[in-house]
Amino acid sequence: MPAKELSPIEVYQLLPGTNCKECEETNCMAFAAKLVNREATLHECTPLLEPKYKEAFDKLWALLKPSIRAVEVGTGERKVTLGGEYVLHRHEFTYFNPTAIAIDVSDEMPEEEFEARIKTATDFKYDYIGMTLTLDMLAIRSTSNDPEIFAAAVRKAAGLTDLPLILCVTNPAVMESGLSAVGERKPLIYAATKDNWKEMADLALMYHCPLVVSAPFDLDSLKSLARTLWEYGVEDLVLDPGTQIEDGISATLDNFTMLRWNAINLEEEHLGFPLLGTPITAWAEKAVDPMINEWNEVVVSSSLITRFADALVIHGVSGWSLLPLVILRQNLYTDPRKPVAVEAEVITFGEPDENSPVLLTTNFALTYYTVASDIESAKVDCYLMVVDSEGISVESAVAGRKMTAETVAEAIKEFKVGDLVKHRHLLIPGRAARLSGEIQEASGWNVIVGPMDSSGIAGYIDEKWPPEPE
Amino acid sequence: MGEKKEKNVLPLGVNLLESLAKFQQIELEDVEISFDELELRFTPGMVMGAPQVGLPPPVKAKPTSLLEASFDVPLEDYAGRIVEVTLGATKSKGGSRKYSLTIGGEMAPAFYNFQSKSPHRPVIAFDVFDWPKVPLAKAVKMHYRPVLEDTAEWAKLCVEKFGAEMINLHFLTIDPLIEDATPKAAVKTAEEVLQAVDVPIAIGGCGDPKKDLDVFTAIAEVTEGERILFNSVTLDMDIEATANLIEKYGHTVIAFTSMDVNRARELNRKLYDFLPKDRIVMDTTTAALGYGLDYAFTVMERSRLAGLKGDPELNHPLSSGTTNAWAAREAWMKMGPEWAPRELRGPIWETVTGLTLLLAGVDYFMMMHPAAAKELDKMIDNLMSAKSAETVDWVSLKL
Ligand code: B12
Ligand code: SF4
Repeated sequence: MPAKELSPIEVYQLLPGTNCKECEETNCMAFAAKLVNREATLHECTPLLEPKYKEAFDKLWALLKPSIRAVEVGTGERKVTLGGEYVLHRHEFTYFNPTAIAIDVSDEMPEEEFEARIKTATDFKYDYIGMTLTLDMLAIRSTSNDPEIFAAAVRKAAGLTDLPLILCVTNPAVMESGLSAVGERKPLIYAATKDNWKEMADLALMYHCPLVVSAPFDLDSLKSLARTLWEYGVEDLVLDPGTQIEDGISATLDNFTMLRWNAINLEEEHLGFPLLGTPITAWAEKAVDPMINEWNEVVVSSSLITRFADALVIHGVSGWSLLPLVILRQNLYTDPRKPVAVEAEVITFGEPDENSPVLLTTNFALTYYTVASDIESAKVDCYLMVVDSEGISVESAVAGRKMTAETVAEAIKEFKVGDLVKHRHLLIPGRAARLSGEIQEASGWNVIVGPMDSSGIAGYIDEKWPPEPE
Repeated sequence: MGEKKEKNVLPLGVNLLESLAKFQQIELEDVEISFDELELRFTPGMVMGAPQVGLPPPVKAKPTSLLEASFDVPLEDYAGRIVEVTLGATKSKGGSRKYSLTIGGEMAPAFYNFQSKSPHRPVIAFDVFDWPKVPLAKAVKMHYRPVLEDTAEWAKLCVEKFGAEMINLHFLTIDPLIEDATPKAAVKTAEEVLQAVDVPIAIGGCGDPKKDLDVFTAIAEVTEGERILFNSVTLDMDIEATANLIEKYGHTVIAFTSMDVNRARELNRKLYDFLPKDRIVMDTTTAALGYGLDYAFTVMERSRLAGLKGDPELNHPLSSGTTNAWAAREAWMKMGPEWAPRELRGPIWETVTGLTLLLAGVDYFMMMHPAAAKELDKMIDNLMSAKSAETVDWVSLKL
């Protein structure tokens, strides 16, 4: 059942109802609400695991399980979960597991390139509103089609990175050789096709690894393969319906959309698996400049992030091409039910003293980190008072009354800002100018209206701090 | 169809609170809990795996050959249809444009080509400003430097060099805080632009609700019949006066609200008293990739789906100020060498912002970087043509 239609009461009625608090909630109803919101998992209610509740457990499991199976790849800290989604559109609930991005290497790549690419994939990081955005997997392709060469490459890669691996080759003998080298790392096997499905299924079962089902642009075969493999006993499947750029983008997006639609709206069980896209196909054609391949790859990758892909294999590793992708998926996979917010508190920058400026901002993560990075890079010693605006940006918060003179005055008291400095001047954002009089009245502090954009803070303070006595 | 109980377009949170409110009326003996305690909280960034404690599937005989299956294309009849809005008028229709462009008319979500192909191509209009000092990122400005001082030349450059199918002219000089230019001066510029190019045009104000109406009034009258797209009417304007103007002189208008489905409805509803539906395009605000694109995307997607499901107040073509992508620092800022060159980072930022919104349902794009506009145009071609694909064996590619 699509998540949006589940009510906490339905769930509550199946829980033990003893309010024993084993789940660390105040009572069963609160736990039910958490379950419906997918903020808790069933096994946190330990009594429910007792045999007498088996029937209830099974019913709850069926009620709560995501329409798209959550498939784990890899082991240890960097293991990733693909899928585990409940809805087609993010506003209907939220998306949970961001599209995992895999960078490829091949077993015939020159050593230097092989190592450099693995290093990029492993170490890539971008700090974005308090989060560290990273890449997620390494795809190792066998272009040699030689069991020994592949095993050696796979072994080497495994030694260089802790990223989850995808082993890519359709020849089962070569795959087996790769699995014998790194099977315990729980790599994703790429791929079972019409021709090799049985051998690949046996390998997946033997090594307990998830398996990709590949049938490019042939959804009948894809479904037939998924059904067969499921019956064969392979449960952790990932579907690859094929990816094409340019002319083929329409058919590509159609397939991803139809697969996700049928899995969620029609609850087709043999289609309820994560989807894998392969924008790396953008490199098939030799372009005048590889920049063009990479650009095309970004175009198809971002379209697939928007249209339901749970994992992508890409080749381009330039910063300009990876940055929009990691940010786009972060954006679409944030919870639309609640803005990304930071703690409301006073943050100290540099080494402020009792004469240093006190600045005001809101606790919307984007606002806070923009302001903080401006203050940091300009090396301003100051106090930044972050008020709780329920995660809303300055201008929206002022317009929507999520930040008012009262909440600001209260925050000054609560954070004991008066003990930090001996002056009583508060520098507020230009976009909160219309609160200046009211804040002054409510708090007794002298309000100074700063620039519109936080990039102007340093210049403003240089010029105008300390303020002239009135 | 399976389950189609879609009774709302509210986010789940609201839905849940509703069900909880109902729950309060049920008496439950062993539960003492107030509504407040039930307020649902979610830690941002928390990623939840599914509970994977099921039972093993029943042991069955393993299949020895492929089991048959056929994939059913999920067709769907939507109760609603997006209205069609025609921009620009040719001589035979009372204007002077070489062609007119129609947007809207969709009967399925954006590029769900398997359900229904979009009858019209989304349009990309190039932004042109009447104020040479308009703040622009360097990567954008370099393409317009020679024409910044001459608005008509600027429009011409967009059409002749970059193949703009429409011009989106913004009057910034009329802003009381900039030059407070007179409506008369704006009329003159508008006429020059209409002379310089023969594509349909849109005319935008400065955001001051009173001044914009004064300027729109002056321009609408002298351009009667041109079917200009006025950008925009907002809730804080004199809606009746603006709408009457659009209606009287045969123009169209963008109804602009900021990221709120209910306000978008409210504004449309108010406009319906004075204006036929096929004159209204709606804009629910565009925020840049990394700077609120998630809000922009979701509000647009929700509006579009609601319109298709039969909401009569949201079934208008959507407009996006995609140039806003440049508000993201990552689009223009100098960053470390690992993120270079910024000449690519900027246009790809505008492209990805546009692409994402194209898939949410946008029909009218306002853009600036020629490469980004070209890329989006190509994407639109590819999505409209709906050709079938050839597969590539990427696994064995020697790269
Ligand atoms: C995204 C957005 C939303 C999102 C909010 C997302 C969020 N979590 O904040 C949503 C959709 C929820 C929203 C809602 C509303 N919004 Co709104 N929103 C925007 C939008 C598009 C972008 C805002 C943003 O994220 N800016 C980026 C952040 C980083 O900016 P910032 O917080 O202001 O911080 C900057 C500066 O203030 C400054 N700064 C910050 N701190 C400090 C500190 C000091 C000391 C200094 C000197 C500077 C400084 O530097 C920062 C970086 O530049 C703007 C339009 C626009 N393009 O600006 C409208 C806008 C701000 N919203 C507006 C309005 C009216 C609203 C609503 C009241 C109603 C509505 N929907 O229209 C509600 C209120 C919400 C609420 N419940 O309180 C109006 C405000 C008009 C006004 N001036 O009164 C705007 C301008 C749109 C418009 N033109 O109508 N909004
Ligand atoms: S652990 Fe289970 S039975 Fe105990 S309070 Fe939580 S939900 Fe209720």
